[in-house]
Amino acid sequence: MGKIRNQTIWCSFESGTAPYLRDCSHRYPFVIDVQNITKRYGHHTAIDRVTFSVAKGEVLAFLGPNGAGKTTTMRILTCFMPATEGTARVAGFDCTEQPLEVKRQIGYLPETPPVYQELTVAEYLTFVGRLRGITGPKLSSALDQSIGRLELGSVRHRLIGNLSRGYRQRVGLAQALLHDPQVLILDEPTVGLDPKQIIEIRELIKSLAGSHSVILSTHILPEATAVCQRVVIINKGRIVAEDTPEQLSARLRHSEKISITLKTCPADCEMKLRAIPGVLNVLSGQTGGSFLIECELGRDLRDEIARVAVLNQWGLLELRTVSMTLEDVFLQLTRHEDHLSEPAETMVSMASTQRTDT
Amino acid sequence: MTPVQAIIAKELRGYFVSPIVYVVGAVFLLIFGLLSYLYVGFAGAQAIQLMQMQGGMAQINLNDLVFRNLFASMRIVLVIILPILTMRLFAEERKLRTFEFLMTSPIRINDIIVGKFISVFLIYLGLIGLTMLVPTVLMLFSDFDWNPVWTGYMGMVLLGALFLSVGLFASALTENQIVAAFVSFGMLLTIWLIAGLGNLFGDTTAGRVISYVSYMDHYDRLLRGLIDTSDLVYFGSGLALMLFLTHRVVESTRWK
Repeated sequence: MGKIRNQTIWCSFESGTAPYLRDCSHRYPFVIDVQNITKRYGHHTAIDRVTFSVAKGEVLAFLGPNGAGKTTTMRILTCFMPATEGTARVAGFDCTEQPLEVKRQIGYLPETPPVYQELTVAEYLTFVGRLRGITGPKLSSALDQSIGRLELGSVRHRLIGNLSRGYRQRVGLAQALLHDPQVLILDEPTVGLDPKQIIEIRELIKSLAGSHSVILSTHILPEATAVCQRVVIINKGRIVAEDTPEQLSARLRHSEKISITLKTCPADCEMKLRAIPGVLNVLSGQTGGSFLIECELGRDLRDEIARVAVLNQWGLLELRTVSMTLEDVFLQLTRHEDHLSEPAETMVSMASTQRTDT
Repeated sequence: MTPVQAIIAKELRGYFVSPIVYVVGAVFLLIFGLLSYLYVGFAGAQAIQLMQMQGGMAQINLNDLVFRNLFASMRIVLVIILPILTMRLFAEERKLRTFEFLMTSPIRINDIIVGKFISVFLIYLGLIGLTMLVPTVLMLFSDFDWNPVWTGYMGMVLLGALFLSVGLFASALTENQIVAAFVSFGMLLTIWLIAGLGNLFGDTTAGRVISYVSYMDHYDRLLRGLIDTSDLVYFGSGLALMLFLTHRVVESTRWK
């Protein structure tokens, strides 16, 4: 009896592991799953126990200053280098154990577009396709599609060496999209592009959301806000915050800020502005007549401020709310990092959970 | 088209778009032609001398006087010229940051190395093929034994393959092409001089082992028309070792 039971257990064990080795994507709801990865270069720790995941069809932004560990994380995910510790999985495949499988699932645009200057755009993309094992009519249709998507038709037969920085960046993107991968990893995809191209590339990335999982790194907050559902902020190799862009700036904001510019500003105007209920602080700007007004969180005082300005005939030239910039978010987060012993504020609850985890 | 073939095609295109192949090829063929002319002229002068001394037609051995000398002189030419051909193979990829792209493409490192090696080897074979013009022309005007010429060419091909693999290895070490060229030049010259070191030890076990490491004796035997398995094993294993070391170096860049 015991023998039979053992046998049954053994059988179910085997049938359970066999498909796991072949394809385990159905077991993982996340297309990208990174658990506690650390990368050390000698004594220098580039990234320290980073954990995050990306769901299918999600666009995730990696925000951080230069040297924060964005590129290192991306290089680990693309199997360019192995992590010192921790596991990274892409589409169910382990980055250390099954690098070839992982590489097949990924389209990667490194920091510098990886183009061969001596090849034409079409030759280069053909080469990329062949490396990926795409041949024949499939290759030519993939080529046409990615050239069309990135509007490279006009430079199709020109040498890449003669193209501008913006075009090279687009050729690099075309390379990443060529095999229509389910995961796209883009290291600062809009660097070197002109404003019109930046908007086009953002639109392109937005259009990929839903069908593709995208990780892009940037240090421009509006870019993250424009295209991403979720933002991971990384600083000195650690994740300091992870949330939607709106939530992130909302949580980090202690007060509403309104900037106004007045034509004439008598001596008492600062006092009168302070007297408005809900105003916390008034800072005069660098040019005469401009003020930054801090108000209580959740109160919109624009209407009231405008009324006061009109009543006193100050000549209201400009009135606008000031949203948080990446610099503000950063300064707050890094300041928080530095004062670890102080009571944690609600704003970086994510960040503090991260820290207690690790 | 397999990934290896794609890499070969891309590398060949890279060689012919840049001036490297034209410059290296021109210099190589110029030197080969010049050396041939000199040795043939030399043989001619000797023949005239013999004729004056003996009277009548003199029999001179073109194999010894021309081809053996010619192939022997080509050693130093190959030592200088082949590192120029190989220096760009990996160094340029690293400099232009396309190395990361290759390493994140779904291909094996072996495929990259083999593709790059075959491409530069094909170019070398092309250059060697062009030099066949010299024996062909000489055949029209003189009589010589083709067999030692063939083994001489075989020696040049094998020696060249070994040199190219050393160059490929050096190129993988650095992202600076000049450094890559100098490292392979230095390595080739060192292996050359090891033969001298072996001679210093004389006919002892140590001397024979040290001499075996150098390509000099192995190449010389082929020039004399001898095909010895141990020489073939030497070139084959040397090539395999260098390609293996290249693989290790390329692999190790991922860990840095």
